[in-house]
Parts: sequence; C-alpha cells; structure tokens
Amino acid sequence: MPDPKPIPNEIPQLLVHDHEDNVGVVVVEGLTAGTDMLCCITHDNSTFRLTAGADVPIGHKIALRDLKAGETATKYGEDIGKIVADIPQGAHVHTHNCKTKRW
Amino acid sequence: MTSKYSNITIHGYRRENGRVGVRNHVIILPVDDISNAACEAVANNVKGTMAIPHAYGRLQFGEDLDVHFRTIIGTGANANVAAVVVIGIEPGWTKKIADGIRLTGKPVAEFSIEQKGDFETIRAASWAAKDFVHHATEMQREECSINELWISTKCGESDTTTGLGSCPTVGNMYDKLLPEGITGFFGETSEITGAEHICQTRAINKEVGERWYKMWKSYQDDVIFAHQTDDLSDSQPTKGNIEGGLTTIEEKALGNLEKIGRTSQFIDILEPAEAPGQGNGLYFMDSSSAAAECVTLMAAGGAVIHTFPTGQGNVVGNPIVPVIKITANPRTVRTMNEHVDVDVSGILRREQTIDEAGDALIEMIRRTANGRNTAAEALGHREFSMTKLYRSA
Repeated sequence: MPDPKPIPNEIPQLLVHDHEDNVGVVVVEGLTAGTDMLCCITHDNSTFRLTAGADVPIGHKIALRDLKAGETATKYGEDIGKIVADIPQGAHVHTHNCKTKRW
Repeated sequence: MTSKYSNITIHGYRRENGRVGVRNHVIILPVDDISNAACEAVANNVKGTMAIPHAYGRLQFGEDLDVHFRTIIGTGANANVAAVVVIGIEPGWTKKIADGIRLTGKPVAEFSIEQKGDFETIRAASWAAKDFVHHATEMQREECSINELWISTKCGESDTTTGLGSCPTVGNMYDKLLPEGITGFFGETSEITGAEHICQTRAINKEVGERWYKMWKSYQDDVIFAHQTDDLSDSQPTKGNIEGGLTTIEEKALGNLEKIGRTSQFIDILEPAEAPGQGNGLYFMDSSSAAAECVTLMAAGGAVIHTFPTGQGNVVGNPIVPVIKITANPRTVRTMNEHVDVDVSGILRREQTIDEAGDALIEMIRRTANGRNTAAEALGHREFSMTKLYRSA
C-alpha cells in the first residue's frame, strides 16, 4: 500500500494509528488543557478535532471518547490493555487508569 | 526484478570466507573475565587494536555455556573483524574459541595465562597483535552490492513515537532491502508479548510460525512466570518507556513489531548468538530485550550494521558493529542530538512519509557501510554484554 499523502499547512497535535482506536498520542511538546487539537489518523491521514481535557506530555495518550472501567483500550486496532477507571473524552490515559492484561 | 535499490553499492571489506564487513577491527578477545586485564594491556601496547572485556566465562555449563561460546566465537568471526588475538586463563577453552573463529579463515592467535603469568602472555600476544595491525591496515575496501549486508534491528528506550515513526522506518527499510537479498535480524522475545498473534503470522510458513510460537510461549512460562515477583510493570515496560507514554507491554510490543514492516516475513528462528543457516532473508533471534545484550547477540550472529530506533534516547553502541540511531521524538532530537543519526521527527508533523524516512535510513546505511562513523562510534559507546541464562556452577 502506498504511503498516504502528508497533510499540508497544519501540524497535528494528536496522532491516531487506526480508525478502531479509542486512544491517540500527543506528538507536540507543551500541550495544554483546552487546546483544540488537530487529530490525524495515520492509516489514511483523515482528520478530526478534539479538545484536550488536561495538560498531557508529548508521547502520552488521550481518550478519544468516554471510556468506562472494564473496557479495552485499543491502539493499532489492537488490544493494548484494560481500562481500570472511568476516563472522560479528552483526558490523559496512562498507568493510573489503564493496565496490561498480561503479567 | 530490479528496483531503485538494486543498484546501490557500498565499499566494504571482503573477508576470507566471502562475507562483507564494513569495519576492519583487530580485536583482543578474552575467553573469560580474569583475562580482561591482559587483553587491555595488549590493546594499550598496540595501537589500532581493541580489547573487548566482559564479565563471564568461568564455570558456566550446559546451554548457558553454549551461548557463551557462540557469543565469543561469533564476535571474533564477525566480518567487521579483520583479525583476532584470543586470551584465556587456560589453553582448553582458549583453543576451542580460537579454532571456532579460524573456520572463517581470518588470522587468529591464541594465548593462555597459566604457567606463564600476565607479563609473558602480554609480551607474546602483543607481537601477534602488532602483526595483525600491519595485516589489517593494508586491506582495501572494495565495491560490493548492498544486498551483501547483514543488518540487525532492536529498539530501545521506546515510547509511543517509536511505534509511530522510527520503528516503521526500519520496517520500510526491510520491506525494500530484504527483496534485494540482504540478511536481516530481529528479536526481543519478551517484547513481542501482546503482538505474538501478529508475529506468528509473519513467519514464512505455518511450520516456522508454530516453532516461533512454541519458543515465545516457553520463554513466557520458563522465565517470566517462573521468576516474576510482581507484575513486571516497572521492568517491561521500563520506567523510561512509561515516562515516554507507553502504558502496557501490549502497546510496546505492537510498536516494536513495526520494525519488520508490512510485507517482510521471517524464514527461521535463531538461538541466541546463532548465525543464520538458511541463506538470505529475515531471521528472528531468541534474545533479551535489553539493548546491549541484544545488539551483542545479533553481532555475534553476524550482523555488520545495527539499526536502532529510540524514543526517549537510548545511547547504546557496540565495539564491532556500527549502531545507527533513528528517532522520531522531536524532544529527543532537541535534547540529545549528539546521539541521533537519522531524524525522522517529520513523520510526527506529517511532513515526511514512512517511505521517505525508509529511504533516508537506507542512505544512512549506505554511508555507514562506506565508513561514516555513527554517533555511538564517535561518542565511544562500546557496550558488550554477555547474555547469562542461569547461575554458574
């Protein structure tokens, strides 16, 4: 499959691997709560907007929708672990609210 | 079928056994930990040589000893090495290692310390080392096809940007160069956990896939579940991974596996430090996910260039193999730039495609093969770490 075309003009704040994912990755430094983020799905470079609910460091994840404890976190279109506390859309997703299912 | 990658040539060192190296080291190789001092003294006497000290080699047995021998012999046999002085405490294992390296046809001299002492051993070994330096420095690079390179990969201090950028860059390189006939290595057994169902499907056929799964499962059962004292949440992912935004081993593994691209398939499974035996193609080496251990094992297997994606900034190098660092993390590019060989942070800004990043890595592989020192080489990173399977006798 050929690589999708890059988006001109605007740098995204959040990248999402796959349409099925419910988390995305912050790819800029100094993201602050309230930022109207340009979000890009790398699979096909389609875009959407989402408001950041917290100051989230570069590389860390943000919930794309409200997530409930017990749900599965999905990234790369795959299971990356279980949500262990309710997470509102736009909030930080990390070790405090998401755990491995393995060891 | 030819592609734009078919005609890439490099200038390397053609060894006696036909293999192509990209460096021309004369190494002083200890069989065991207590021979490190003599090796370092020889390397100090004779300029243009390098001692490779390490921590083990006494009273090991069984499979653990096999890994030790394979690692030391494989290091000496690597095509980046022109000639080898081997020093051990006693003649038996010293000869075993020297003879193992001699199968390549390269010059090897061996010395043992007992009944002579360090002084006499260092004197005799220094004469041999000096002869080898004269021999090696007269060797000339010659034109070779890029497909003669054996290229390994392992990532380190990963974060979410490795799965988005630097690992897919390596994967794109493999998708382009494996069809040209290179030999590739990937591994990191513990770090496939969460992506094992995908990795198994990337085997060339069902039989290899089933053997791969059995190897992975036995690691889980015999090592992780047998020894874990907690949930491994501080070890795998590491503290650095977590700081970089990786939350679980599954997330880390899915990013890791991006290093074999979209189309590449592996043709066989290697024991730690084992050399490929099925011709050119991609191999999975059963290996630790710790950077220096893994690079050391793959170098012993015969890799002459290592491609190393990093997110948070792992600084590892290797004594005999140039380690090319690739990062997509703009903060790491900003704060640790002296360690970065290939900056692919444009992928995160959507200014650079994976295809373009893969081409940039191939160009850096070509330049590195031709002699450009990597950041790790320039900074003196020579980490050589033996894999230890269990306690010595």
